[in-house]
Amino acid sequence: MSSQIIESVNSKLKNPLTIMKKELMSYYTTPIAYIVISVFLVVTGWFFFSTFFLFNQAELREFFKLLPFVFSFVIPAVTMRLFSEEKNTGSFEILMTLPLSLGDVVTGKLLAGIVFIISMLLPTIAYVISMIIVGSPDLGPVFGGYFGAILLGGAYASIGIFSSSLTRNQIISFIIGLVLCLILTLVDKFLFFLPSSALGFAQYLSADYHFKNFTRGIIDSRDIIYFLSVMAIGIIGTVQILEERR
Amino acid sequence: MISVSDLSKNYGDVQAVNNISFSIRKGEITGLLGPNGAGKSTTLRMLTCYLKPTSGKVCVGDYLSDENPNEVRSIIGYLPESAPIYGDMIVYDYLNYVAKIRGVRDKKRIKEMASLCGLTEMMHKNVSDLSKGFKQRVGLAHAMIADPEILILDEPTSGLDPNQIIEIRKLIREIGKEKTVILSTHILSEVEATCDRVIIIDKGKIVADNSTSELKASQGNESRISVKVANTDFDTLKEELRNISGVIDVIKTEDDNLTGATIITAADNEVRPDIFRRISDKGWILYEMLKESRSLENVFRELTRGESNE
Repeated sequence: MSSQIIESVNSKLKNPLTIMKKELMSYYTTPIAYIVISVFLVVTGWFFFSTFFLFNQAELREFFKLLPFVFSFVIPAVTMRLFSEEKNTGSFEILMTLPLSLGDVVTGKLLAGIVFIISMLLPTIAYVISMIIVGSPDLGPVFGGYFGAILLGGAYASIGIFSSSLTRNQIISFIIGLVLCLILTLVDKFLFFLPSSALGFAQYLSADYHFKNFTRGIIDSRDIIYFLSVMAIGIIGTVQILEERR
Repeated sequence: MISVSDLSKNYGDVQAVNNISFSIRKGEITGLLGPNGAGKSTTLRMLTCYLKPTSGKVCVGDYLSDENPNEVRSIIGYLPESAPIYGDMIVYDYLNYVAKIRGVRDKKRIKEMASLCGLTEMMHKNVSDLSKGFKQRVGLAHAMIADPEILILDEPTSGLDPNQIIEIRKLIREIGKEKTVILSTHILSEVEATCDRVIIIDKGKIVADNSTSELKASQGNESRISVKVANTDFDTLKEELRNISGVIDVIKTEDDNLTGATIITAADNEVRPDIFRRISDKGWILYEMLKESRSLENVFRELTRGESNE
């Protein structure tokens, strides 16, 4: 019985994983990946170390504080090509005539995005190591922060994939993704414009608000559900758009 | 194997395919023929479930394309126009990727396809570095890798050199012995060389649907003979030739030094000996006499021209 379940899960995941591998192969054979990773590390490294010694505290707070904002720029740049390029070169036609469901395709591309984001975050472990050398950091918020960062990255990647499905132009795809991610990052920063009744709602929509909980070391199911829902909405929206335009 | 009924596709106001119906039996090689923009590619894209029809039904094997698109896709091998294959992958990786998705477990199959399509030397090159002809071959290998029941090829020989074209046509004939093949083209000799059956499309409508040989035979009840003659002018020539029984009309054709004419006669009337005798009796010199065979080309031109005059 259990082997049957494993078998069926395997066959469900087989196609998304094949797509994921293919996308990762494309990521790491083009220079874009290395450029994006370098920019990300330079920017976050600058913000992290420029204030690191001021507070005399061993923590990654500054790094995580800016992460939703930095991700809003970096992740749409990572995902902008996922559908736009396929549409532009015409390979989309081949993809759509292989025996794959749209859900498989979108999930596979999202997984590739998430793996890429993890590989982008890996070098920042160096910050953690340098912290451990100079002080004794509280590791709870660090682990929480990384866990949250992966969820945040996944959510933004799904938004980036959605905007990539809207157009065959990568620049337009990047800008739409950037705007959507910035809205999710900043929606609770403009609360003073909103009536007080909408406050809680705006706060619930904010990716930054949910991510902050992780960086305090709190892993709350509500926050996890928030990010997973954003990913699900991104996938469903993308499938809808692609289906609509057939 | 494939049946299409009342299929239409609109792009906004433009009707690319207009209410077409046909069915294709197993083991047939069918050519979809038409001028540019006739709706060939759109039709094939609907057969392969890439586009959704505006109306009408496509049934492939036992499946309806709008209900079981993935089952339909898995029995069709498809080569889109100009083979848009991922440029940043090497040929081997690409074929391996397609094989995996199509559930081909045997890695030997990739090698087989490579040697069948003449790609063995190219396996470790980036697709974007390949010439158009080789890219087309990768597309063919991609379409055939899972040994599908139905092969749909959109302009399979475009961009290939004459030797490759002959090879690919041979390959298609070979495959067509067991499989169902549909190919689209605007090259008429291709249909004559490879297809058992031809469907001619113009402006989104089927204007002819017949076996290749029948189509060639059925059309026309007049034949044309062109001549080139020296030592005379057209009017005298016309006067002379009009007197032959069976000649319907004589039309002037341009030629630099000689007098050219096209003689239209009833199809079953052999007038060539008469033409020769009359010309030589007059002391004119006959340089050329050619009976135009009713090739598909003429049939095609007539059918598509007729449509546009309406």
